[in-house]
Amino acid sequence: MCTMIAQQIEINGSGKGTTGWFTLRQANISYDHPFNLPAEHALNIDFVNEALGPGARVAVELDERSARALAAAILEALAQAEHGGYLERP
Amino acid sequence: MYQTDQYEGMLAETVMYPGHQGQLINAYFARPLGAGPFPGLVVIHHLPGWDEWYRETTRKFAHHGYLAFSPNLYYRDGHGAPEDVAAKVRAAGGVADDQVMGDVAGALDYLRSLPYCSGKVGVFGTCSGGRHAFLAACRVKGFAAAVDCWGGRVVMSKDELTPKQPVAPVDYIADLSCPLLGIFGEEDQSPTPEQVDLLEQALKQHGKSYEFHRYPNAGHGFFYHNRANYRQAQAVDGWEKLFAFLARYLKNA
Repeated sequence: MCTMIAQQIEINGSGKGTTGWFTLRQANISYDHPFNLPAEHALNIDFVNEALGPGARVAVELDERSARALAAAILEALAQAEHGGYLERP
Repeated sequence: MYQTDQYEGMLAETVMYPGHQGQLINAYFARPLGAGPFPGLVVIHHLPGWDEWYRETTRKFAHHGYLAFSPNLYYRDGHGAPEDVAAKVRAAGGVADDQVMGDVAGALDYLRSLPYCSGKVGVFGTCSGGRHAFLAACRVKGFAAAVDCWGGRVVMSKDELTPKQPVAPVDYIADLSCPLLGIFGEEDQSPTPEQVDLLEQALKQHGKSYEFHRYPNAGHGFFYHNRANYRQAQAVDGWEKLFAFLARYLKNA
């Protein structure tokens, strides 16, 4: 626990894990030690479903530039979808 | 030092034992075969969890003649691949210091109860485990030596404190009750060289017995041979210093 920088948000979606697709309920975002990326710290995102146990996880580990680019690209794609009237809102 | 005509045997297995508040948790226990008596070592795993490197390291300590006992600090967070469990704990902001201290105290009691334990027990950890090792050396009475390898957040500012980490470990320094070995990389970001200096100043101010080694061209976790930050020469020297320190206080004292 070297940075303790972590956030959790509730989400609704699907993710493909080691045993196939499952419902996503939470996303855990941290800036801390990655497991695989060869860096001391990384922006880590774990898409999980806590009710299904620790193994229900889709993990990504990004360097800072990639994480910022991803966040910007997500917002841009959503902006384009909104502009085009494609967003499906309940 | 191992001799080629020497008998050697080892038993390594998972066991259950009472940790914090008497709750049963599991631990990986590697020990030399024989009547002993052997010194003990509580091996506190790092943020990436109770993983293969910690299994290997626990056996390494047993090979060097220690009853090496590595509690699964994440036992209460569910079971699965070590990375998956550790990711869950990482998202939750880690485990509470009080709980870890309870688990470490239970491990110390377990080791000292064994008929083949000499009664001399140390505590070792890396990364968050290094921080926990320092904290245990202050808060848990009975350790004869402590090894903090690049433990971050030993020196903490007030805004870094959390409900799980309500007190900076350095604030317990007056209670440090055994010699401390610190091994650090000069390129580490947590702890930074400045934080290591602050810790050393506090140790001096309180007249504590300690030995620090700072390695150039090494960052965080430079013993981890499975990671890009492994530094061969520094790691070999660090292990030599570490085993010399443990022998001095746990075998020869």
